[in-house]
Amino acid sequence: MEHQGKELFRRAGIPIPRGQDAASPADAGEFVSANSGEWVIKAQVLMGGRGKAGKVKFAKNADEARAVAQEIMATPMPPNRQNPKGEPVNSVLVEEKLPIAKEAYLAIAIDRTTKSPVIMVSPFGGMDIEEVAEKHPGSIAKFFVNTAIGYSPFIGRELAFKAGLDPGYRKAFPAIAGGVYDLFFRYGAKLIEINPLVLTTDGRVFASDAKVELDDDALYKNPEFKKWEETLPLDEDEKLAAQAGLGTRNFRRFDGNVGTIANGAGLAMATMDAVKNAGGNFANFLDVGGGANAERVRNCYELVVNHTGAKVMFINIFGGITRCDEVAKGIVEALNTTKSRKVPLVIRLTGTNEEQGRKILADAKMTPVETMDEGAARAVELAA
Amino acid sequence: MSIFIDKNTKVIVQGITGSEGSYHTARMLEYGTHILGGVTPGKGGQKSEHGLPVFDTVRDAVDATGATHSCIFVPPPFAADALFEAYDAGITFAVCITEGIPVHDVLRVVATTPGMRIIGPNCPGLISPGKSLIGIMPGHVFKEGNVGLVSRSGTLTYEVVDLLTRTGFGQSTCVGIGGDPIIGTTFVDCLREFANDRQTEALVLCGEIGGSDEEDAAAFIKEHLPEMPIVAFIGGRNAPPGKSLGHAGAIISGAFGTAQSKIAAFEAAGVPVADRPSAIPGLLAQRMPAAV
Repeated sequence: MEHQGKELFRRAGIPIPRGQDAASPADAGEFVSANSGEWVIKAQVLMGGRGKAGKVKFAKNADEARAVAQEIMATPMPPNRQNPKGEPVNSVLVEEKLPIAKEAYLAIAIDRTTKSPVIMVSPFGGMDIEEVAEKHPGSIAKFFVNTAIGYSPFIGRELAFKAGLDPGYRKAFPAIAGGVYDLFFRYGAKLIEINPLVLTTDGRVFASDAKVELDDDALYKNPEFKKWEETLPLDEDEKLAAQAGLGTRNFRRFDGNVGTIANGAGLAMATMDAVKNAGGNFANFLDVGGGANAERVRNCYELVVNHTGAKVMFINIFGGITRCDEVAKGIVEALNTTKSRKVPLVIRLTGTNEEQGRKILADAKMTPVETMDEGAARAVELAA
Repeated sequence: MSIFIDKNTKVIVQGITGSEGSYHTARMLEYGTHILGGVTPGKGGQKSEHGLPVFDTVRDAVDATGATHSCIFVPPPFAADALFEAYDAGITFAVCITEGIPVHDVLRVVATTPGMRIIGPNCPGLISPGKSLIGIMPGHVFKEGNVGLVSRSGTLTYEVVDLLTRTGFGQSTCVGIGGDPIIGTTFVDCLREFANDRQTEALVLCGEIGGSDEEDAAAFIKEHLPEMPIVAFIGGRNAPPGKSLGHAGAIISGAFGTAQSKIAAFEAAGVPVADRPSAIPGLLAQRMPAAV
C-alpha cells in the first residue's frame, strides 16, 4: 500500500508530503481539523488508476475531508486491465496538497537480460509508464547498476540530464535516486516506483506516490513485512493454494470447465495449452509439485472441484523420479476418500512404471489415456 | 563429446546429508556420476549413507577430492552463501537445485562470481546421457545421441525427452536452466557451447512465457547457427498477464514476455515452433531426415 511504501521512503530519507493514514472518514476529518491547509484524500489500494476512477480528491476542511473520504470508501475500485476484479477501499491517505510545477517518473526494477538493477527516469510523470513508452518512446532514460559497485550520485546526475528533467529537480534528484536504490537493495524489492515525483512551484521535490513490490521469497528477512502482508487484501487464489498445502504460485483459476492437475509448472502450463488446442477452456492452472501422493492429489482435486467451474478433471502426470504406480495408487485412494463432488476423470500417466500405473487405474474402473493430446481431447469432449 | 559435463566430471554435493541431497546423490551415483564426496557443516569426517566422505567446508572437499563441479541442495536462506563458498573454494561449475532463493541474493551471486558457471537456481540440473547426471532428472528417460536440449522447466523436459527417445532421437546434453527470473546460465550461454560441440547435430529449445531469453536465443541462432536443425516449444501460450504460473519467472509484464513475441522471434530466425510437445519429434525429423 502507498502509506506503507511511504513509511519505507521516510526511513530512507526520501522526501514525502506530510500526511496520515485514515481507516475511516471520521479519522480523516479528525486529522484535517487538527491540521490547517489544503489536503488530498487518496484511496489506499494496490491497483493503479486511482485518479481516473475518482478515488483521489481534495478537501479544504474537516467536513469536506469526511465527506470526500466517505465517497471514496463507499464503492470499490472499478475493474481495469491490471485487475479485472476491482478492489475494495478500506482506508485512505490524507496528504498535504502540493503546488505542482512538474511531474516526473522514477523507478528501479530488476532487468532479466543484464541480470542487474535498472533505474528508469522519465520527465513524463503522473501517467501509466506503459503509456509513456508508447507515446514518448525515447523519453525514458535507463541506467543498469553494477551490483558489485552499487549506487553512486553520478548515476542520478547522468539520468536527470539524459531524461531531460526540469533543472529544478537537479539538486535533489541524485539523493532521491540513491534513497530508492538503498531501499531496493536493503529490502530485496522487485520494484520501487515513484510516479509522480513532484517538483513544486517553490522548488521542492517530493515522492507523491510510492509503489514497492517486495519479493515473496525474501519476506522472511523482514518479519515486519509479514505483519503488513496480513493487512493487505489477499489474492483469493493464493489463499486457496496455501490452504491446500501448495505454493502460492501453483494454483490459479480461470473461466473454463476443464479442470487440470499436472506435476511441474512447465507441464501444467503445457496442459492448459493442450486443452485450448483441443478446442476447450481450462478452469485452472495447478502444479501439484513433486511427490504426488494420495493426500496431495486429494487436496488438489478438492481445490479444483470446489472452487472452479470444472465439469471434468484432466490429470496429467509425467512420472520421472515419482513412479507412475505410486501416483496411480494416490489417485485411486484420493478419489475413493474425497467427500467433494465427483466429476469425470481423464488420467494420463506416462514415464516410469507406466504399465503398472495404468493397470491400477483400470482395476479401479478409471480409464487412463495414452498421450497428453488424447487426454485433452477426451476431457474437452466430456466437458461439452 | 557433450557440453558442460562428461564421464570424467568430478562432483561434490553441498547438503549431501539432507533428505533431498541424500536421495538424489543415490540416484546420481546409480547413473554413474562421479560423486567424490559431500559437504555438511558440522558433519566433517563422517561418511554419508552412500559411503562417501563428508566434509565441513567446500574447501576441504575440493582439496581432498579435486572436484570441479558442485550440486547444491541447500535451503533458500543459505543458498547464496553456499554458492559463494563454492566459488571461493575454486568450484568452476555449480548446479543449484534450490527453489525460492530471494532474487537479490541471486543477483549478487551472478554479479560477483565471474568464471564460475551456475546452472539454475530452481532447476532440475543437467545430463549428458550415458556419461554423467548432475541434478534431479530421471536418468532412465534419456538416451545418448546427438540432439541437444535446453529447457526452463523440469517435468516438461522429461516429457519432451521421453518423446524424443521413443522416436529414436537420443540426446547429447540436456540442460534445465531453471524457472527463476534471474538465472546463472541462459539459452544463449547453452547455444554457444552447443555450437562448438561435435556430438550435437540438432537442438530442441523449451521456453515459456516471461522475460526475453527466448528472443535473445532466436537472435543468436539467426546469426550463429543458421544451418543447425532446431525446433522450439513455448509453454504458457494461453496464460494471462500479470501473474506468475508456478515458476517465479513465468510472468507476462505488460507487453513483455508473451508467448506470441517468442514464437514470432523463433519463426523469424527460421526455427519452427511446435504447438504441442508431441509435434516436436516430427518437426525435428523434417529438419534432419537423415537421422531417422
